[in-house]
Amino acid sequence: MPSTHLDSTFAALADPTRRAILARLALGEASVAELGEPFAMSQPAISKHLKVLELAGLISRGRDAQRRPCRIEAAPLAEANAWLERYRQLWEQRFDALDALLADMKAAEKTARKSRPRRKS
Amino acid sequence: MHRSGTLQVTLPSDREILMTRVFDAPRHLVFEALTRAELLRRWFGGPPGWRLDVCEIDARAGGKYRYVWARDNGEVMGMGGTILECVAPERLVATETFDQAWYEGQGVSSIVLSEENGKTTLRLTVQYDSKEVRDHVLSFPATTGVEMGYDRLAEWLAGDEAREALAELA
Repeated sequence: MPSTHLDSTFAALADPTRRAILARLALGEASVAELGEPFAMSQPAISKHLKVLELAGLISRGRDAQRRPCRIEAAPLAEANAWLERYRQLWEQRFDALDALLADMKAAEKTARKSRPRRKS
Repeated sequence: MHRSGTLQVTLPSDREILMTRVFDAPRHLVFEALTRAELLRRWFGGPPGWRLDVCEIDARAGGKYRYVWARDNGEVMGMGGTILECVAPERLVATETFDQAWYEGQGVSSIVLSEENGKTTLRLTVQYDSKEVRDHVLSFPATTGVEMGYDRLAEWLAGDEAREALAELA
Protein backbone atom coordinates (compact mmCIF):
# COMPACT_ATOMS: atom_id res chain seq x y z
CA MET A 1 0.00 0.00 0.00
CA PRO A 2 1.51 3.36 -1.01
CA SER A 3 0.78 5.01 2.33
CA THR A 4 2.04 8.55 1.63
CA HIS A 5 -0.22 8.63 -1.40
CA LEU A 6 -3.16 7.52 0.73
CA ASP A 7 -2.27 10.14 3.34
CA SER A 8 -2.63 12.98 0.87
CA THR A 9 -5.85 11.43 -0.42
CA PHE A 10 -7.32 11.29 3.05
CA ALA A 11 -6.11 14.82 3.88
CA ALA A 12 -7.74 16.17 0.75
CA LEU A 13 -10.96 14.29 1.50
CA ALA A 14 -11.09 15.38 5.14
CA ASP A 15 -12.58 18.71 4.03
CA PRO A 16 -16.33 18.68 3.32
CA THR A 17 -16.06 21.41 0.67
CA ARG A 18 -13.53 19.41 -1.29
CA ARG A 19 -15.76 16.37 -1.06
CA ALA A 20 -18.59 18.52 -2.42
CA ILE A 21 -16.41 19.61 -5.33
CA LEU A 22 -15.53 15.99 -6.04
CA ALA A 23 -19.19 15.08 -5.89
CA ARG A 24 -19.94 17.74 -8.50
CA LEU A 25 -17.07 16.53 -10.68
CA ALA A 26 -18.33 12.97 -10.39
CA LEU A 27 -21.24 14.16 -12.56
CA GLY A 28 -18.89 15.45 -15.26
CA GLU A 29 -15.99 17.84 -15.85
CA ALA A 30 -16.38 21.53 -15.07
CA SER A 31 -14.41 24.78 -15.20
CA VAL A 32 -13.62 26.86 -12.11
CA ALA A 33 -16.40 29.28 -13.08
CA GLU A 34 -18.84 26.43 -13.59
CA LEU A 35 -17.90 24.98 -10.24
CA GLY A 36 -18.44 28.38 -8.62
CA GLU A 37 -22.08 28.64 -9.72
CA PRO A 38 -23.78 25.77 -7.91
CA PHE A 39 -21.41 26.18 -4.99
CA ALA A 40 -22.02 29.92 -4.50
CA MET A 41 -18.34 30.25 -3.74
CA SER A 42 -15.71 32.78 -4.78
CA GLN A 43 -13.28 31.73 -7.49
CA PRO A 44 -10.21 32.10 -5.23
CA ALA A 45 -11.87 29.84 -2.63
CA ILE A 46 -12.65 27.26 -5.30
CA SER A 47 -9.14 27.53 -6.76
CA LYS A 48 -7.56 26.93 -3.35
CA HIS A 49 -9.52 23.71 -2.89
CA LEU A 50 -8.83 22.61 -6.46
CA LYS A 51 -5.10 23.00 -5.85
CA VAL A 52 -5.25 20.63 -2.87
CA LEU A 53 -7.31 18.12 -4.83
CA GLU A 54 -4.92 18.36 -7.77
CA LEU A 55 -1.85 17.81 -5.58
CA ALA A 56 -3.53 14.76 -4.07
CA GLY A 57 -4.06 13.45 -7.58
CA LEU A 58 -7.82 13.41 -7.09
CA ILE A 59 -8.50 15.73 -10.03
CA SER A 60 -6.69 16.79 -13.15
CA ARG A 61 -6.95 20.06 -15.10
CA GLY A 62 -7.34 20.31 -18.87
CA ARG A 63 -4.77 22.13 -21.02
CA ASP A 64 -7.25 24.62 -22.52
CA ALA A 65 -5.76 27.88 -21.16
CA GLN A 66 -9.14 29.63 -21.01
CA ARG A 67 -11.25 26.97 -19.38
CA ARG A 68 -8.83 24.53 -17.76
CA PRO A 69 -11.69 22.10 -17.09
CA CYS A 70 -11.39 19.96 -13.95
CA ARG A 71 -12.10 16.28 -14.04
CA ILE A 72 -12.17 13.70 -11.33
CA GLU A 73 -9.40 11.08 -11.20
CA ALA A 74 -11.01 7.90 -10.03
CA ALA A 75 -7.94 5.82 -9.16
CA PRO A 76 -6.85 7.42 -5.83
CA LEU A 77 -10.45 7.61 -4.64
CA ALA A 78 -11.07 4.01 -5.55
CA GLU A 79 -7.90 3.04 -3.73
CA ALA A 80 -8.89 4.87 -0.52
CA ASN A 81 -12.46 3.63 -0.80
CA ALA A 82 -11.37 0.04 -1.32
CA TRP A 83 -9.01 0.21 1.63
CA LEU A 84 -11.68 1.43 4.08
CA GLU A 85 -14.35 -0.81 2.65
CA ARG A 86 -12.01 -3.72 3.23
CA TYR A 87 -11.65 -2.58 6.85
CA ARG A 88 -15.40 -2.62 7.34
CA GLN A 89 -15.81 -5.94 5.56
CA LEU A 90 -13.05 -7.35 7.72
CA TRP A 91 -14.99 -6.57 10.89
CA GLU A 92 -18.18 -8.01 9.44
CA GLN A 93 -16.33 -11.22 8.61
CA ARG A 94 -14.80 -11.36 12.07
CA PHE A 95 -18.13 -10.89 13.79
CA ASP A 96 -19.72 -13.54 11.58
CA ALA A 97 -16.93 -15.93 12.59
CA LEU A 98 -17.49 -14.95 16.22
CA ASP A 99 -21.17 -15.87 15.80
CA ALA A 100 -20.13 -19.36 14.74
CA LEU A 101 -17.63 -19.68 17.59
CA LEU A 102 -20.20 -18.54 20.16
CA ALA A 103 -22.69 -21.11 18.87
CA ASP A 104 -20.05 -23.81 19.48
CA MET A 105 -19.25 -22.43 22.92
CA LYS A 106 -22.92 -22.34 23.87
CA ALA A 107 -23.37 -25.94 22.78
CA ALA A 108 -20.25 -27.02 24.69
CA GLU A 109 -21.42 -25.23 27.80
CA LYS A 110 -24.83 -26.87 27.58
CA THR A 111 -23.24 -30.31 27.31
CA ALA A 112 -20.90 -29.59 30.21
CA ARG A 113 -23.75 -28.33 32.34
CA LYS A 114 -25.75 -31.51 31.70
CA SER A 115 -22.96 -33.84 32.75
CA ARG A 116 -21.50 -31.67 35.49
CA PRO A 117 -23.95 -29.20 37.00
CA ARG A 118 -22.54 -25.85 38.16
CA ARG A 119 -19.36 -26.20 36.13
CA LYS A 120 -18.28 -22.82 34.88
CA SER A 121 -16.28 -22.67 31.70
CA MET B 1 -24.27 -18.57 7.73
CA HIS B 2 -26.30 -17.65 10.79
CA ARG B 3 -25.77 -13.97 11.47
CA SER B 4 -27.19 -12.92 14.84
CA GLY B 5 -26.85 -9.16 14.35
CA THR B 6 -25.94 -6.40 11.94
CA LEU B 7 -22.80 -4.33 12.35
CA GLN B 8 -23.63 -0.68 12.97
CA VAL B 9 -21.10 2.12 12.81
CA THR B 10 -21.79 5.52 14.39
CA LEU B 11 -19.86 8.60 15.57
CA PRO B 12 -20.59 9.26 19.26
CA SER B 13 -18.14 12.18 19.56
CA ASP B 14 -15.58 14.14 17.56
CA ARG B 15 -12.79 11.67 18.18
CA GLU B 16 -14.59 8.34 18.21
CA ILE B 17 -15.94 5.60 16.03
CA LEU B 18 -18.42 3.19 17.58
CA MET B 19 -19.19 -0.26 16.24
CA THR B 20 -22.18 -2.07 17.67
CA ARG B 21 -23.11 -5.69 17.13
CA VAL B 22 -25.53 -8.08 18.88
CA PHE B 23 -24.58 -11.72 19.48
CA ASP B 24 -26.90 -14.57 20.34
CA ALA B 25 -24.90 -15.69 23.38
CA PRO B 26 -24.46 -14.70 27.03
CA ARG B 27 -21.76 -12.14 27.64
CA HIS B 28 -19.42 -14.34 29.66
CA LEU B 29 -18.92 -16.40 26.49
CA VAL B 30 -18.36 -13.29 24.38
CA PHE B 31 -15.85 -12.03 26.94
CA GLU B 32 -13.96 -15.32 26.81
CA ALA B 33 -13.89 -15.18 23.01
CA LEU B 34 -12.35 -11.70 23.28
CA THR B 35 -9.70 -12.48 25.88
CA ARG B 36 -8.43 -16.03 25.30
CA ALA B 37 -5.85 -16.44 22.56
CA GLU B 38 -7.00 -19.92 21.50
CA LEU B 39 -10.53 -18.57 21.00
CA LEU B 40 -9.42 -15.31 19.37
CA ARG B 41 -7.57 -17.41 16.79
CA ARG B 42 -10.89 -18.79 15.62
CA TRP B 43 -12.50 -15.49 14.70
CA PHE B 44 -10.03 -12.61 14.71
CA GLY B 45 -8.80 -13.20 11.19
CA GLY B 46 -7.27 -10.84 8.68
CA PRO B 47 -8.42 -9.72 5.23
CA PRO B 48 -8.97 -12.48 2.64
CA GLY B 49 -5.69 -14.25 1.92
CA TRP B 50 -4.17 -13.28 5.27
CA ARG B 51 -3.75 -15.71 8.13
CA LEU B 52 -3.36 -14.91 11.81
CA ASP B 53 0.21 -16.02 12.58
CA VAL B 54 0.73 -14.48 16.00
CA CYS B 55 -2.07 -14.19 18.54
CA GLU B 56 -0.95 -13.38 22.06
CA ILE B 57 -2.91 -11.75 24.83
CA ASP B 58 -2.21 -11.36 28.52
CA ALA B 59 -5.73 -10.38 29.53
CA ARG B 60 -5.23 -8.34 32.65
CA ALA B 61 -4.68 -4.65 33.33
CA GLY B 62 -1.13 -3.84 32.29
CA GLY B 63 -0.88 -6.96 30.13
CA LYS B 64 0.26 -6.80 26.50
CA TYR B 65 -1.35 -8.21 23.40
CA ARG B 66 -0.07 -8.69 19.89
CA TYR B 67 -1.50 -9.94 16.61
CA VAL B 68 0.39 -10.48 13.38
CA TRP B 69 -1.26 -11.45 10.11
CA ALA B 70 0.76 -12.74 7.17
CA ARG B 71 0.19 -13.89 3.64
CA ASP B 72 1.99 -16.24 1.32
CA ASN B 73 3.96 -13.54 -0.52
CA GLY B 74 5.75 -12.74 2.74
CA GLU B 75 3.86 -9.56 3.62
CA VAL B 76 3.10 -9.12 7.31
CA MET B 77 0.80 -6.75 9.16
CA GLY B 78 0.99 -6.40 12.90
CA MET B 79 -0.77 -4.58 15.69
CA GLY B 80 -0.65 -4.61 19.45
CA GLY B 81 -0.85 -2.62 22.63
CA THR B 82 -1.40 -2.64 26.34
CA ILE B 83 -4.54 -3.70 28.17
CA LEU B 84 -5.72 -0.79 30.32
CA GLU B 85 -8.80 -2.42 31.88
CA CYS B 86 -9.96 -6.01 31.90
CA VAL B 87 -13.16 -6.53 33.88
CA ALA B 88 -14.85 -9.88 33.21
CA PRO B 89 -17.41 -10.24 31.76
CA GLU B 90 -18.18 -6.66 30.80
CA ARG B 91 -15.27 -4.46 29.85
CA LEU B 92 -11.98 -4.57 27.94
CA VAL B 93 -10.00 -1.40 27.26
CA ALA B 94 -6.68 -1.38 25.42
CA THR B 95 -4.34 0.89 23.50
CA GLU B 96 -3.84 -0.07 19.86
CA THR B 97 -1.02 0.72 17.51
CA PHE B 98 -0.53 -0.68 14.04
CA ASP B 99 3.01 -1.53 12.91
CA GLN B 100 2.27 0.21 9.62
CA ALA B 101 0.34 3.16 11.03
CA TRP B 102 -2.51 4.21 8.77
CA TYR B 103 -3.27 6.97 11.24
CA GLU B 104 -0.98 9.09 13.40
CA GLY B 105 -0.48 8.22 17.05
CA GLN B 106 -2.31 5.52 18.89
CA GLY B 107 -5.93 4.66 19.36
CA VAL B 108 -7.70 3.43 22.47
CA SER B 109 -10.29 0.73 21.94
CA SER B 110 -12.97 0.07 24.56
CA ILE B 111 -15.25 -2.91 24.43
CA VAL B 112 -18.36 -2.91 26.64
CA LEU B 113 -20.61 -5.97 26.78
CA SER B 114 -24.19 -5.83 28.03
CA GLU B 115 -26.53 -8.78 28.24
CA GLU B 116 -30.27 -8.97 27.88
CA ASN B 117 -32.40 -12.10 27.48
CA GLY B 118 -29.35 -14.21 26.74
CA LYS B 119 -28.17 -11.89 23.95
CA THR B 120 -25.08 -9.75 24.24
CA THR B 121 -24.60 -6.30 22.77
CA LEU B 122 -20.97 -5.55 22.01
CA ARG B 123 -19.98 -1.90 21.77
CA LEU B 124 -16.51 -1.30 20.41
CA THR B 125 -15.38 2.31 20.60
CA VAL B 126 -12.10 3.41 19.07
CA GLN B 127 -10.94 6.82 20.20
CA TYR B 128 -8.32 8.63 18.15
CA ASP B 129 -5.89 11.33 19.25
CA SER B 130 -7.85 14.08 17.55
CA LYS B 131 -10.90 14.83 15.48
CA GLU B 132 -8.63 15.33 12.47
CA VAL B 133 -7.27 11.83 12.75
CA ARG B 134 -10.73 10.35 13.14
CA ASP B 135 -11.97 12.40 10.21
CA HIS B 136 -9.14 11.15 8.05
CA VAL B 137 -10.59 7.74 8.66
CA LEU B 138 -14.25 8.57 8.36
CA SER B 139 -15.08 11.96 6.88
CA PHE B 140 -14.63 11.08 3.32
CA PRO B 141 -17.12 10.06 0.70
CA ALA B 142 -16.81 6.34 0.98
CA THR B 143 -17.40 6.28 4.70
CA THR B 144 -19.22 9.38 5.90
CA GLY B 145 -21.64 7.50 8.06
CA VAL B 146 -19.47 4.64 6.82
CA GLU B 147 -22.17 3.10 4.67
CA MET B 148 -21.93 5.79 2.00
CA GLY B 149 -20.22 4.61 -1.15
CA TYR B 150 -18.29 6.44 -3.81
CA ASP B 151 -21.11 5.74 -6.21
CA ARG B 152 -23.40 7.81 -3.98
CA LEU B 153 -21.29 10.97 -4.11
CA ALA B 154 -23.90 12.80 -6.13
CA GLU B 155 -26.59 11.94 -3.61
CA TRP B 156 -24.40 13.19 -0.81
CA LEU B 157 -23.89 16.49 -2.62
CA ALA B 158 -27.59 17.27 -2.19
CA GLY B 159 -27.40 16.59 1.54
CA ASP B 160 -27.10 18.85 4.59
CA GLU B 161 -23.38 18.34 5.12
CA ALA B 162 -22.53 19.65 1.67
CA ARG B 163 -24.98 22.55 2.02
CA GLU B 164 -23.52 23.58 5.38
CA ALA B 165 -20.00 23.49 4.02
CA LEU B 166 -21.02 25.65 1.10
CA ALA B 167 -22.93 28.10 3.29
CA GLU B 168 -19.80 28.58 5.40
CA LEU B 169 -17.79 29.64 2.38
CA ALA B 170 -20.46 31.79 0.77
